Amino acid sequence: MAIIVERKRLSFWERTYLPQILSGLYITLKNFFAPKVTLEYPDQQPVIPQGYRGAPVLVCDSDGRHKCVSCQLCEFVCPSKAIKVTPSAIPEDSQYAFIEKGPADFQIDMSRCIYCGLCQEACPEQAIFMGSEFSINAYTRAGLVRHKDDLYKIGGVVPDKIMKWQKIKEREAK
Amino acid sequence: MENQKVKVNINGADYEVAAGLNILEACKSLGIEIPFFCYHPSLKVAGSCRMCLVQMGTPARDRATGAPILDENGVQKIAWMPKPVISCGTKVSEGMHILTDSEYVADCRRAVLEFLLLNHPLDCPICDKAGECKLQEYTHAYGRQTSRYVEEKNIKRKKRPLGTKIMVDAERCIQCSRCIRFCKEFIGKSILGFTKRGSKVEIGFYDNADNDSNYLLNVVDGCPVGALTETAFRFKMRTWFLKTTESICGESSAGVNTRVWSRGGKIYRITPRQNPFVNDMFMSDSGRYTFKKYEQRRLDHATIDASPCQTEYAVSRASEILKLGGVAIVANGWQSVEEMYLLGELAKACGAKIYMASHPQPDDGKLVSAEGAPNIRGALITGIISEYPKPNLGDLERQIQGGGVKTILCFGEDLAVLGLQHLLKGVNVIYCGALENDTSAEAKICLPLYSEFEKDGLWVNRQFRIQRFKKAVDAPKAAVNDIDFIAGLLRDATGESFKIPSVGALRAVIASKNEILKDCASVPSSGLVLDGSKFSAIEFPEAAAINFAGATSSKAGE
Ligand code: SF4
Ligand code: SF4
Ligand code: SF4
Ligand code: FES
Repeated sequence: MAIIVERKRLSFWERTYLPQILSGLYITLKNFFAPKVTLEYPDQQPVIPQGYRGAPVLVCDSDGRHKCVSCQLCEFVCPSKAIKVTPSAIPEDSQYAFIEKGPADFQIDMSRCIYCGLCQEACPEQAIFMGSEFSINAYTRAGLVRHKDDLYKIGGVVPDKIMKWQKIKEREAK
Repeated sequence: MENQKVKVNINGADYEVAAGLNILEACKSLGIEIPFFCYHPSLKVAGSCRMCLVQMGTPARDRATGAPILDENGVQKIAWMPKPVISCGTKVSEGMHILTDSEYVADCRRAVLEFLLLNHPLDCPICDKAGECKLQEYTHAYGRQTSRYVEEKNIKRKKRPLGTKIMVDAERCIQCSRCIRFCKEFIGKSILGFTKRGSKVEIGFYDNADNDSNYLLNVVDGCPVGALTETAFRFKMRTWFLKTTESICGESSAGVNTRVWSRGGKIYRITPRQNPFVNDMFMSDSGRYTFKKYEQRRLDHATIDASPCQTEYAVSRASEILKLGGVAIVANGWQSVEEMYLLGELAKACGAKIYMASHPQPDDGKLVSAEGAPNIRGALITGIISEYPKPNLGDLERQIQGGGVKTILCFGEDLAVLGLQHLLKGVNVIYCGALENDTSAEAKICLPLYSEFEKDGLWVNRQFRIQRFKKAVDAPKAAVNDIDFIAGLLRDATGESFKIPSVGALRAVIASKNEILKDCASVPSSGLVLDGSKFSAIEFPEAAAINFAGATSSKAGE
């Protein structure tokens, strides 16, 4: 069933369209002279706030000890199968030989990672953290796979409040 | 005693269970779980961990007269023990009442776990046992989730190698003594033992003693925690990533039941699988590494005159050569019953004779038998050989010298080792198998087939028990499935155009044609004893298998 709606008659000024054009120009001009809020990305980089969940990286404690013990829990929990850990024994001549286990290699495939943060949550050693990077690119697929050394280099040092292994060492020394 | 039953009441319900069982086994047979650490169905009871505590009561009787004491309703009263009892060390008796689900029992379990964890290092992230550790499992299921312990934990020796095979971490040990009992009772030698007292008790061994045995790694499987871990598997992969496949050990004709643990096409370890009729829960250490030879010497491409070629081409060339006649087939005792059956058909079609060699080795009286090939009896049953093979191929040698043989179709055997090295130049050798050896290097045509870890099949062990092994990992791309290969040759030889059968279809055919193998299409995972009476005249080299099943056949799993 059709309903007939009567068209509203426009006034004279409305029929000229001039008020609309002028009010539109006013908004444009106002922003033209207002202070800028956009960023010249990528020439300018944004300030990353605390707690930002960027690309996952490995970290050292304040003694410079590589924290990952290659327990592979992050590999297990990762929903997109981005992580591949190759566990191994820490060499006898290392000062950290008493920790027994550490990764021979640790790969994160950044073409698979979905930045969910589950790896960080699962890690019993607080060795993997969501970093501040958000734009990762490479010319090849293999270039998007990050290895252990890169991951530690990007991750840097995150101070550890507990220092569990240091305590164990001190206790054993007694 | 055998089939006697007793009535017991568990958690308020009445059941009948076999007499002579302990409470733990009785509950297990009814599907009621009681947690335990130190109990092991194949070892003597130690009663040291106290994890299996339950409440137990027996019908009350007057001490003086022996008359039943009744309550006001005329029902015999239950005299509950004032303290919980260990279910692994208490046998069921008529009218016994058992509680496994009371708040009191739950309290006992919580307390036992708390004691066990007092000095435990809690290093699950670096412990290989994590994922299959009983202490982890029970702590989740029955433990308190937080610790109240604020004192310093005891320090014990960690990372101490026991021989080359085992790493001992005394801090993780819960003093269940399973390993000690295993060494004493099964290996027959005291290797491990406890030192010190109280909470300082430490699992240890003498550094300079002879601590080796070919059965030592069973203590790793038996250790409920990560105190004993396997050096070869140490820090290789977490157990929860590994897929398990039921398999049979190819080390000897003992036919030990195994589990193959693999991930992404790589085998990481082999452990025993429980079968009370064959190996119980044990296996030899050497059998655990039978997969290594495929890592080192896997044949992964076809060759003709030592130059690589496409597998299909090599197969078609092999088929052409077989048509020229004068064929001798050398089978081996690692081939499955299905393949042997097809090989028998192929031999008939080509008018060839099948030769086979045995692989004698020392019999250790336990789980490594005197025959290195796991399926010689399969060859006898399928009829491809009629007597027990000799350790060399003397018959074939005489045939070659007599000029009757132009082509040898050799399955996996190293002819050079079997005494034919000086004759191989004069004949065409078609070598097909999973491993490289001197014969494969010399052969005219060399074809990669599947290994026992890459296919399904049946083997018949020294007890005439037919057992099934399953595919654990994928074969290399260039390899052909043994059944496809032999059936393809058969098709070319006979000129008939049948469809290449699947393993299942082939088993059905064999079952219909061979009286002894009539049930081979439905072999259960514990295997099936075949009628070997037809071969009673043959003198087999193997010693009799250990009878693990013994008196109690209903044993709790590990
Ligand atoms: S952030 Fe998520 S997807 Fe990325 S590696 Fe960690 S668990 Fe995997
Ligand atoms: S990053 Fe953490 S969770 Fe991942 S393997 Fe290392 S210790 Fe384990
Ligand atoms: S090492 Fe393992 S099996 Fe041996 S007593 Fe300790 S916990 Fe038990
Ligand atoms: S299992 Fe009964 S006391 Fe250990």
